[in-house]
Amino acid sequence: MADYEYLVEVNDLQMHFPVKTGFFKKTPLKAVDGVSFNIKPGETLGLVGESGCGKTTVGRTLLHLYEPTGGTFKFKGEEVTSKNIGRLRKEMQMVFQDPYSSLNPRMTVEDIIGEPLDVHHLYESKEDRREQVLHLMELVGLNAEHATRYAHEFSGGQRQRIGIARALAVHPSFIVCDEPVSALDVSIQAQVINMFEELQEKLGVTYLFIAHDLLVVHHISDRIAVMYLGRIVEIADADELNENPIHPYTLSLLSAVCVPDPIKAKANKRIILEGDVPSPLNMPSGCPFRTRCRYATEQCAQEAPSLTDRGNGHMVACWNK
Amino acid sequence: MAKNFDIPTPKKRLLSLQMDPKKFEPATDAEKRQQDVMAESTTFFRDGMRRLMQNPLAVMSMVILLLVILMMIFAPLFVPYGYEEMITVNGVRDPAAANLAPFHYSALEQQYMDQGGKIFPHIMGTDELSRDYFIRVVYGTRVSFLVGVFASLMVLIIGVLYGAISGYAGGRVDLWMMRIVDIIYSLPDLLIIILLAVVFKESLDFSQIPIFANLGTNMVSMFIVFGLLYWVGMARLVRGQILTIKENEYVLAAKSIGASAKRIIQKHIIPNIISVIIIMTAQEIPAAIFTESYLSFIGLGVALPMPSLGSLANAARSGMQSYPWKLVFPSVMIILIVLAFNLIGDALRDAFDPKLRK
Repeated sequence: MADYEYLVEVNDLQMHFPVKTGFFKKTPLKAVDGVSFNIKPGETLGLVGESGCGKTTVGRTLLHLYEPTGGTFKFKGEEVTSKNIGRLRKEMQMVFQDPYSSLNPRMTVEDIIGEPLDVHHLYESKEDRREQVLHLMELVGLNAEHATRYAHEFSGGQRQRIGIARALAVHPSFIVCDEPVSALDVSIQAQVINMFEELQEKLGVTYLFIAHDLLVVHHISDRIAVMYLGRIVEIADADELNENPIHPYTLSLLSAVCVPDPIKAKANKRIILEGDVPSPLNMPSGCPFRTRCRYATEQCAQEAPSLTDRGNGHMVACWNK
Repeated sequence: MAKNFDIPTPKKRLLSLQMDPKKFEPATDAEKRQQDVMAESTTFFRDGMRRLMQNPLAVMSMVILLLVILMMIFAPLFVPYGYEEMITVNGVRDPAAANLAPFHYSALEQQYMDQGGKIFPHIMGTDELSRDYFIRVVYGTRVSFLVGVFASLMVLIIGVLYGAISGYAGGRVDLWMMRIVDIIYSLPDLLIIILLAVVFKESLDFSQIPIFANLGTNMVSMFIVFGLLYWVGMARLVRGQILTIKENEYVLAAKSIGASAKRIIQKHIIPNIISVIIIMTAQEIPAAIFTESYLSFIGLGVALPMPSLGSLANAARSGMQSYPWKLVFPSVMIILIVLAFNLIGDALRDAFDPKLRK
């Protein structure tokens, strides 16, 4: 049916924000600087990294909530531009991080979930709209009687379900999940994550799952990309990355993960990075990670490493490992 | 161990939270049906109005305002005196009818009534120029009310448009628009009002325009003065509100859905700032009534003999000890109007803010 291998192809995506640094001087803040990845239909790509590394910006740029500075993004083999994004918004949706601010307090649940239907004229009559909304609510595990309530009457987990139902309303094939569980309690996190998986099985959607919790990402993702300062430093299958991490940044991230088994946990050596993340306004030359990397050499300061295949699609951007 | 949690043990243990099903009664059909009842689907507006009507203070204020408005409209129809007309008894001017107490009559009137003539009672007495005070208060209320409502309407229109453009556009547009607001804000209110009022009084002539001719140049210039001066507060408020609401993720979510700017403003931004705008407008009305009265006091308000509540109260100050009711009636009128608008404003906020719902 389709002549594309990847549902989502991102090539050298750049998003720079101009920041005033003086009276007349503007310096570009390189939030995303040359990110490339592909996602196959029905696959989940996890995107991890610490706060401020540009994960959220990647997600928002893909949906053209920000106009990208450079790079290309192909969706179903078709390049996404500001011209066709209106039509493609029916196929790409987003679930937001904060369930408290992502729902309009002045709208009932029915109107929130029905809004995408309104915008894209996807129903014939009011009954049809209501039926679709109720079906969506059932899909995410909400009661039909909640339809007339306002968002503030729900708990965090329920609110996130409403947000997910809103994203599903237009039957998208690709959903950007922007830290959808990081604002929730651990027990609720599990419920919501399992729901994401169920929905993927039922509807065959593709996810870009952004999070900072490696355990969560490992659970839901087929492949994982690790970001540092606006760049992807390592990308591999979820299990491969977990068992055989190569990039020194990934190593330190994985060493910080809590292991439930105390004997294993003792054996784990925690790698503590020194120093702070450099300001994206004042990036180090060459490899962005070199200021905190213990393997850093002269070469790292000269030239930024690009992603190279280390076998089995395991890509790493590092000179030394 | 884990198994024990899955299979409920029938044995009752001390200090455990196990429940005995026998102690529970099955729900009756009626009780079950109670669980099915869904809250009826209402629109945001209808829901808010319902809650507004449940607030006794708000309902009382609305009734008072309604009575005041009815009085303003209908009192001149059945009171046989004019606001600028001296009392005449049987075609004879009666200078002795000055400064009468409520429901009192002058000697001439008394004589006329004894002869079988009919005199409409002076509900609030008469003033120092022997004019019926009730009709003057009614006209004064009319003027004050009109000035209050029109002034706040002008503030509403100019302020909301200006603030909305500034807040939604952002960036450089916002910067320049807000500097203009800052400049207007830093000018002393009273000085500007007096200057503008003087200038308009000299230069504007509305007698050619049919609607304005009835109101008088003075009153129209007063609307303009209020509109030009007081919109800055509204503009700042609206801009600030829009800036906060614009940052909310639900606006971003609407954008990612593909909603147009018009839809975002209509469905997401306006409903979230409307309560603030309504309260601000409701508070603007009494403020305008106050300003109008001090302008009338220094002779820049409504031209005599047209009364306003402010000028009536000010005129009554001189005879305050001998004729206290002349101060009381217009003051009570001002209090009623101002209090009613303030209470309604508060009740509107309570009714239309879902976060304040119980």
